[in-house]
Amino acid sequence: MINKIVSTVEEAVAGINDGATVMIGGFGPAGQPAELIDALVAQGAKDLTIVNNNAGNGETGLAALLKARRVRKIICSFPRQVDSQVFDALYRSGDIELELVPQGNLAERIRAAGAGIGGFFTPTAYGTDLAKGKETRLIDGRGYVLEFPIHADFALIKAERGDRWGNLVYRKTARNFGPIMATAARCAVVQVHEIVELGALDPEAIVTPGIFVKRVVRVERSAAGSDAGVQAA
Amino acid sequence: MNKLNRDQMAARVARDIPEYAVVNLGIGLPTLVANHLPRDREILLHSENGVLGMGPAPAAGEEDYDLINAGKQPVTLLRGGSFFHHADSFGMMRGGHLDFCVLGAFQVSACGDLANWHTGVPDAIPAVGGAMDLAIGAKQVFVMMEHLTKQGESKIVEHCSYPLTGVGCVDRVYTDLAVIDVTPQGLRVLEIVDGLSFDELVRLSGVPMWRAQAKAYA
Repeated sequence: MINKIVSTVEEAVAGINDGATVMIGGFGPAGQPAELIDALVAQGAKDLTIVNNNAGNGETGLAALLKARRVRKIICSFPRQVDSQVFDALYRSGDIELELVPQGNLAERIRAAGAGIGGFFTPTAYGTDLAKGKETRLIDGRGYVLEFPIHADFALIKAERGDRWGNLVYRKTARNFGPIMATAARCAVVQVHEIVELGALDPEAIVTPGIFVKRVVRVERSAAGSDAGVQAA
Repeated sequence: MNKLNRDQMAARVARDIPEYAVVNLGIGLPTLVANHLPRDREILLHSENGVLGMGPAPAAGEEDYDLINAGKQPVTLLRGGSFFHHADSFGMMRGGHLDFCVLGAFQVSACGDLANWHTGVPDAIPAVGGAMDLAIGAKQVFVMMEHLTKQGESKIVEHCSYPLTGVGCVDRVYTDLAVIDVTPQGLRVLEIVDGLSFDELVRLSGVPMWRAQAKAYA
């Protein structure tokens, strides 16, 4: 019997090794798998490369992982925010490497990894500092930049509901990077608010088919963070 | 002269958004445009984090932090709205499916180059987000900004001194002084605020401009 459900967040993050590349879902706090990140902090893996849209908010979640000095490099589009003080300090002291990627290139590089694409030409960033040193090409008179996929060892994702085959549905804008990160990682780990029986998810509405998912763990809705004020969907 | 305030600028941009348009409003000043879109036009707002058909801010107490905009503020969803993942969202931009985007800017050059993501100051922490994707993706790129910096320098320039967001991507600029199109023949002034002459606008801007039959602004 296929059963991807694990019973604790500790089991969910087991095996994440020092030096791993870990994708973390979320757009700011929405969709950020806070409990999996907390479990990763406790698990102790270090020298990590993190892929996320941002670089942590406040002192919890991704910011806590950074603060614990487990992250060697971050690949993201928008590190600077009003509450990104943990990242800001590490960056200014030279204690973290930043690869800044336009958000659409970040999404497409993740998608490309999951879809087996070796690289792609994109018009985004053509002629800007973020394309410096990269191969370019004129196609039908328009300038494009060659970008390469971003693969990951692990992805930590938050979804709303899942089943034992790993099929997932998300909730509102908490979906964001989850579906593509699930495809780009060797081992996608998902925290869900609800585990349902096989067949309970409408097959026409499953967003991430279970093939992309290795582990599913149930996490209660918390009163803090992006779960504040959430009504049952 | 009668400089426009931020809400008047937003109202002026909103007037040019037609029915059926799909629009992405950038963070900051452009966000105000949403408050001025005519209610009798069906216009779809796109948000980079995976929403089409975004509605206004929720009533106090109704916030759902799983439903936010690009500025990470809580929003609502219109009936008929949809959610999608990030690669689809940026495919909508890059693929030319958005009719308009409205962006803020540090500088716009005479040939439509846009600088709005980085001041280039060595100690500044760079952050680009979706700006570069929007700049090259939407069918029409509108910029909305104050005409002059606080020091009185023109933000419309011959060449951008700040790092570029996109090359030759801006179609039209709405400032607190004028509406200006970027054309192959250079900057074409469409409207000027009351009490400001064309010659004075050009002098303040410090770049060559030419004039359509300039109408009163706003």
